[in-house]
Amino acid sequence: MEQQTPQPITESKIVGVPTPRIDGPLKTTGTAMYSSDHHFPGLVYAWPVTATIASGTISGIDSSSAEKMPGVLAIYTHKNIGPLYRTPPSAGFSMILDERRPPLEDEIVRYYGQYVAVAIAHTVEQARAAAEAVKVTYNKTPHDTSDKLLDTPTIAGKLKEVTKRGDTAAALAGAAYKHDAVYSTPTETHNPIELHASVAVYKDGKFTLYETSQAVVNHRDVMAAMLGVPPENVQVITRFLGSGFGGKLWPWPHALLAAASARNLNRPVKLVVGRSMMFQSVGHRPAIDQRVQLAADKSGKLLAIQHDYVNHTSMLDDYDEGCAESTGFMYSCPNVLATSGLVRRNVGTPTSMRGPGAVPGLYALESAMDELATKLNIDPVQLRLLNEPEKDESTGQPFSSRHLKECLTVGAEKFGWAKRNPAVGSMKDAEGRTLGWGVAACTWIATRTDAEVNVELRQDGAARVACGTQDIGTGTYTAVAQMVAHETGLPLQRIDVVIGDSGLPPGPISGGSWATASVVPAALQAAQQARKQLLSLSTKTDGCPFKDKSVDELEFVDGVVRIKGQSSGGVPFAEILKTANVRSVSGTGKSTGLFGDPNQKFSFHSFGAQFAEVTWQPEIARLHVSRVVTVIDAGRMINPRAARNQIEGAVVMGVGMAMLEATEYDHRSGGPINASLADYIVAVNADCPNIDVTFLDYPDFNLNPLGARGVGEIGLAGIAAAITNAVHHATGIRVRNLPVRIEDLLVAPGNKTS
Amino acid sequence: MHPFDLISVDSIQDAVKAQSSSPTAQQGASVRYIAGGTNLIDYMKLNVETPAKLVDINGLNLTAIEPAANGGLKIGALARNTDVAYHDTVKTQFPVLSLAILSGASTQLRNMATTAGNLLQKTRCVYYRDTAYGCNKRQPGTGCSAIGGHNRIMAILGTSDKCIASNPSDQNVALAALDATIHVTGAKGEHTIPIAQFYLLPGNTPERETVLEPGDLVTHITIPALPSGAKSYYLKLRDRTSYEFALASAAVVIKQSGGRIDFVRVAMGGVGTVPWRSHEAEKALQGKVATPANFRTAAEAALHGARPQSQNGFKVELAKRCLTHALAEVTRQA
Ligand SMILES: Cc1cc2nc3c(=O)[nH]c(=O)nc-3n(C[C@H](O)[C@H](O)[C@H](O)COP(=O)(O)OP(=O)(O)OC[C@H]3O[C@@H](n4cnc5c(N)ncnc54)[C@H](O)[C@@H]3O)c2cc1C
Ligand code: SF4
Repeated sequence: MEQQTPQPITESKIVGVPTPRIDGPLKTTGTAMYSSDHHFPGLVYAWPVTATIASGTISGIDSSSAEKMPGVLAIYTHKNIGPLYRTPPSAGFSMILDERRPPLEDEIVRYYGQYVAVAIAHTVEQARAAAEAVKVTYNKTPHDTSDKLLDTPTIAGKLKEVTKRGDTAAALAGAAYKHDAVYSTPTETHNPIELHASVAVYKDGKFTLYETSQAVVNHRDVMAAMLGVPPENVQVITRFLGSGFGGKLWPWPHALLAAASARNLNRPVKLVVGRSMMFQSVGHRPAIDQRVQLAADKSGKLLAIQHDYVNHTSMLDDYDEGCAESTGFMYSCPNVLATSGLVRRNVGTPTSMRGPGAVPGLYALESAMDELATKLNIDPVQLRLLNEPEKDESTGQPFSSRHLKECLTVGAEKFGWAKRNPAVGSMKDAEGRTLGWGVAACTWIATRTDAEVNVELRQDGAARVACGTQDIGTGTYTAVAQMVAHETGLPLQRIDVVIGDSGLPPGPISGGSWATASVVPAALQAAQQARKQLLSLSTKTDGCPFKDKSVDELEFVDGVVRIKGQSSGGVPFAEILKTANVRSVSGTGKSTGLFGDPNQKFSFHSFGAQFAEVTWQPEIARLHVSRVVTVIDAGRMINPRAARNQIEGAVVMGVGMAMLEATEYDHRSGGPINASLADYIVAVNADCPNIDVTFLDYPDFNLNPLGARGVGEIGLAGIAAAITNAVHHATGIRVRNLPVRIEDLLVAPGNKTS
Repeated sequence: MHPFDLISVDSIQDAVKAQSSSPTAQQGASVRYIAGGTNLIDYMKLNVETPAKLVDINGLNLTAIEPAANGGLKIGALARNTDVAYHDTVKTQFPVLSLAILSGASTQLRNMATTAGNLLQKTRCVYYRDTAYGCNKRQPGTGCSAIGGHNRIMAILGTSDKCIASNPSDQNVALAALDATIHVTGAKGEHTIPIAQFYLLPGNTPERETVLEPGDLVTHITIPALPSGAKSYYLKLRDRTSYEFALASAAVVIKQSGGRIDFVRVAMGGVGTVPWRSHEAEKALQGKVATPANFRTAAEAALHGARPQSQNGFKVELAKRCLTHALAEVTRQA
């Protein structure tokens, strides 16, 4: 289908209006069907057996007593799981998965928690009991889970250039003001409340898979390839997701265990991953070391940026966190070098976590900028304003829409930054607590990927919009409904949004914050096509007042077909369809993405500024994030209400990243040792700061006709740096090793009571 | 989880009889009382506790919170943590107990959790809870994985080279400072145990945490009245602001007269293998003027014998600040 040159849509009665989620009542009444809620006659349960070594081979599996336990149907191991294949190389957004080895492929164990068997039984309790009764013996080999990454051997043998311009080494050598430090972030684990789950139904060679997936179409492709069946034999359904944070973007081995078991037993199988397994075999943000070197002249003008990062990956897969994604374009600087390295560890394969790359990368870069500002004795907001680029200096492209300066100045104003006394520990609140104020800039990619949408106008007066994307809790159902409401004039209640099914027209992944932006052009186009068909039908239907009119004389406004410009004499479209005895007219919209297109005219990115306030009570070593002001430049918000919710949630997650979250490995066993929600500490309500969110309203019409970008991830970028910068302002301590912990602050100079 | 039988009892005698058949009342008991279940069930799911029989004691009439002799308070073993924390007498006479309970767990848990269950809750040591690791407390003789492992939250007082697990309870720290007495009915009848003698240091037998013997049922606790004019306070420090166990906590009871401290009790949490009454700190404060310097001296005395592990050295300073600050707060109220 021809791609039309998009006309910017500046006015709308529904796009840009704060709108409650259309799926809200389903969720609040408990009627929304999450993947593990699906149940079928004859369904049985699977519970995996996980390795308790981090490296070695299985020397024996004794499942004899487990097999005899009540309700047990099968114990599958590498000997009897049946055929499971590896995927061919990925292309575009198909065939992507991070842990490429099918589960139970052989007897080799490469990380603690790797699946070594799976028990199937009539009840989940029976399956779990049987799994616990399977006796596995191993030949152990030495493992490495060390979190010392920089200066340890990388896979490639040397660091790989990510972006480069000028002569960084020379500029660093000659500069008057320099900063050089290493920033470390720990393994972080996605902990959506909804556990990963698969309900696999197998019938007549076909699989229906209810998955916890942020990308049903890719999930289908991967599962088909790994199960060795044609893609049309697999349907993947994710109607609702209890969030994913990137952890559910790509399929993980448990899905194959469920599907293969369903195939082997010829009955539905449900597998819900245990919470401890969430820390092992469904991805994590890797541990990362980043060395950042900055050079500037006396005025604060950046002369050089060098950003070298190393992240851990698993023994088989090469996951690159991409920390230097924004290093090349964030600031104006003649000499920039960023490099990356991967090191192998005996850990499960890492994966994208909300804001992959940019979130840890900006923690390092924006901490370094703060440290440089301190050295230069320049206000950290000013330092950033001073180094604002005119264009993307890494590609030479103009920015499609960049308002970082305004984010910083608006944020500074809202926060009251002008009152900041830069002296460490100099500010107090009314209760006498020490205040720390910190700032960080942030950015996140803006783009579109391929999308196809179908819109039907039905005889019952409703529109149905279908797309193989998914709503991971971010509000996609509502945003898509708003797009179609805008184009058709129908109220939201009369729009059925059907998503989360790989059988629908292929839609974007719910990742990268681009699902909304990607769907826009296709959804609008589909609605336009449906309208065309409707108008055409009106001119051909006996008994319809527009019979024999030309389509060009007609218009479709607020659900009514009428003569152009005439407010009377219109006919609701449902009546026309009834008169014609046509059940529905429909249209399909298809748009090609910009992602990875080398011929893009613009550099597309969202920007923002994060301001954080901490309170610090040295006498009890109590640190609290009290206030966050965030200003986001991310195009037009289709639904400002859901968008605000995304930013607020990200800020809370940022508090966790800065102060609480870390997956700890016991380096003796190689296993994550705090693998529960009691021991892996995430922020709770009492940790939440007051959050003030502002959106700058600059629609990015170069991206799509609504000017919408995305807000799922940018809210988390920069937060950790804003907080640690505030911690430094309050305590004088630079924590370059997240999370900031009580023990880091107890040594605060001048803070000791004795 | 291992299969188990569940029986309900409606008399103390039946309860005691049922549990007496267990070879031990400690780790590895084959019969367990179940009260709120918020602790026991967790460990059963993890196969850390594998009783063959559970005796549901919720039908016993042990929920009362009522005056005891000489102005003291009697709290039934089955009184829910929430009911204790919000009880008028507790709030006004023993605020340290109310504050301690409310600083722990969550509303939902406190609504289920009972006084006796809280007394007997198990350590939060991650290795105790994970059967893939050696743990002398869970399985004597298998070694202590926390030593040299993940021990940031472990104890620094009262540890042994067999076990360094901290007692996680907040309630118990307050009860230690209040000098509570635990009333037990067992196979040999009723007896009482001062809280100071109720918990056992790990020594060579970390699997034995209390003096309870098979059959022993906690029926209630009593708290003696405090001298009139005494104030009490609980301060808890931790990683996140709520829903998290203590890294260090302090329960303090103080009465001043004539500008001097003439009654003082100090107990600490998060740092001891048992709820840690500090006679050293009390001695340092007795008869002294309430000054920051004297508080700090008391805190130094309390932590004098601390033996930190590889990750928890910070607790020494943290506990000192915690106690110093708690003392400052409680004397400010006076
Ligand atoms: C997520 C979470 C967070 C928590 N956070 C905190 C916290 O911050 N601070 C804190 O102090 N606690 C915390 N707790 C622990 C909580 O206080 C305990 O789980 C609770 O007090 C146990 O009481 P229960 O009645 O449910 O005990 P149960 O689980 O029923 O029993 C515990 C033990 O006591 C025994 N027992 C019970 N009653 C008797 C009796 N009458 N006589 C003899 N033996 C008996 C049982 O046999 C069992 O061994 C937390 C718990 C959870 C799950
Ligand atoms: S500290 Fe105690 S509970 Fe923890 S592993 Fe050692 S012996 Fe077990």
